Amino acid sequence: MAADAPLLRVERLTRDYGRPGQPVTRALAEVDFVLARGELTALVGPSGSGKSTLLNLVGLLDRPTSGRVLLDGCDTTTLDERALTQLRGRTLGFIFQFHHLLPAFTALENVLLPAWADEGRPSSEARVHAAAMLEAVGLGDRLHSRATELSGGQQQRVAIARALARRPPLVLADEPTGNLDTASSDGVFELMRRFNSEQHTTFLVVTHDARIADRCDRIIEIVDGRIRVDRRR
Amino acid sequence: MSFAWFVALRYLRDARGQTTLILAAVTVGVSVIVFLSALINGLQASLIAATLGSQPHVTLRPPREAPRPVVAATPGHVIARSVQPASQRLRSIDQWPRVMDDAARDPSVTAVSPVVTGSGVVTRLDAHVPVVVRGVEPDRFIAIIDLPSRMIEGQFAIGAGRVVIGRDLAEDLGAAVGDRLRITSTEDVTDIVTIAGVFALGNEGVDGSWIVTSLPHAQALFALPGGVTAIEMKVTDVFDAAGVADDLARRTGLTADSWMTVNASLLSGLAAQASSKTMIQSFVVLTVALGIASVLIVSVVQKSREIGILRAVGTPAHHILLVFLIQGGVLGLTGSIIGSGLGMAFAKAFETVAVNPDGTPRFLVQVNALLLVQSTLLATGVGLLSAIIPARRASRLDPATAIRGG
Repeated sequence: MAADAPLLRVERLTRDYGRPGQPVTRALAEVDFVLARGELTALVGPSGSGKSTLLNLVGLLDRPTSGRVLLDGCDTTTLDERALTQLRGRTLGFIFQFHHLLPAFTALENVLLPAWADEGRPSSEARVHAAAMLEAVGLGDRLHSRATELSGGQQQRVAIARALARRPPLVLADEPTGNLDTASSDGVFELMRRFNSEQHTTFLVVTHDARIADRCDRIIEIVDGRIRVDRRR
Repeated sequence: MSFAWFVALRYLRDARGQTTLILAAVTVGVSVIVFLSALINGLQASLIAATLGSQPHVTLRPPREAPRPVVAATPGHVIARSVQPASQRLRSIDQWPRVMDDAARDPSVTAVSPVVTGSGVVTRLDAHVPVVVRGVEPDRFIAIIDLPSRMIEGQFAIGAGRVVIGRDLAEDLGAAVGDRLRITSTEDVTDIVTIAGVFALGNEGVDGSWIVTSLPHAQALFALPGGVTAIEMKVTDVFDAAGVADDLARRTGLTADSWMTVNASLLSGLAAQASSKTMIQSFVVLTVALGIASVLIVSVVQKSREIGILRAVGTPAHHILLVFLIQGGVLGLTGSIIGSGLGMAFAKAFETVAVNPDGTPRFLVQVNALLLVQSTLLATGVGLLSAIIPARRASRLDPATAIRGG
């Protein structure tokens, strides 16, 4: 990985949907942008503008119709499924709107999942670190609570701890506060800002909340699958 | 614990109701297989044991007499021939001691017994009953048919004018141990004998007609000095008897019959029974497989979003595949262990319920370790196979679509 390369480079990224022989829907049209390390960027735009499509492509959960995603200097379009999965597990953290914790697992087990999935068995160091992450998000006393026993704000904090547990350089957050009240939203954003400042984690945050977007370092606005505004504060 | 095992076991534990129901289904299925197999194996073993309790596995006899031409054709003469079947007379096996030694050397043969078997009539007071006279060497004979253990009166002590007879024959003659009988053979030789014992082999034909005497006595009755009419044998594997008989027939030129030929209808009944057992077991296995597969398919649908998350956080597709295969295997293995125990308990309970008037079981159910191991392997294999489709479906889920709930 090239240390001097930008963390994320998106080049002429296009994603079409539709079956062969059917009319094509272009969700994303030749999008270009670069994310520098340590940026906290808001991705905004109306519903159906292509934000989630872009996040899925950047998150290596989907493949583009054309264009490239370069993550930490690595061209991801050339990788096979197995390599993509490995890269995703080690380089990216995800925070989803509906937090998407696994209800059958405890808070600690949910945070351990990425290490567990990658290493087969979580090391004792990973366990200690996962507990420390939960401590850091204010849930040190809920390590062994089932996900379903936690409030919405607490679940989202567990999701943040999970996303950051393996110290990924880039965290992708899909409306992380979309399902929370104002106080919980502020708490979640402050957590992201704290990790961004303290650990220089780069965040790309899809949000509809103008208050959250305004507190980010940079705002990228997408309309009809194209970048309309890209401004730094 | 490895990731796939941990997730699989947690999913099974989390969906307790679903897991319990499918485990119950597998358990019932396996217990039916074990119970049915134990029952039918036991029944078959009892039938075979009862059948072979009163007959040898293989019998060597002289070849049947063939018709011989009375007049030979000569050049220039045509003969209009009428062929009549030759009458079969009682005769001895030529050089039988050599044949018997030869047969005894066959590793499949565990016991050999020379016998003289012929028909006659027994008379006591007003009763005249047709009988089968069996002249045997006691030590060799009991290695094939364990008559001493089946004596219900008196003792198995033959020779010097003493015979043992079947229970029904004794009843027909109104005779008991110590009574004297007049035997007249088909060779028109008559002798007076004393009943030393009465046996019951449980075979109506045998118990109603057999008189067992010493070999020299039977030889005298049937005018076969030094001869025997048959050599009877016991073999190690009863189902190998037909092969042993064929081999002996080829080697000796004699007629060799196995119990399998003599009891062809019994064997065909047993085969039909085994087929129905296999058929029922196949349907049970199919039902268990469909049950496991349907539960896991529903589970994949229910958990598709979680699978998407697992994939998003870096879980390789083959781990997801393993998670569902393990669930199928664990359901099959656990269900089969409980089901084997339950089936065995049912079988033993049946044994105590189905009893003869004297309180002994009608037949002993056969539960052996091999049956339990086979059932366990079968159910675990079926569990794994049933999980293949759901597991593949889960591992191929597109993470982005799954997370959206699509």
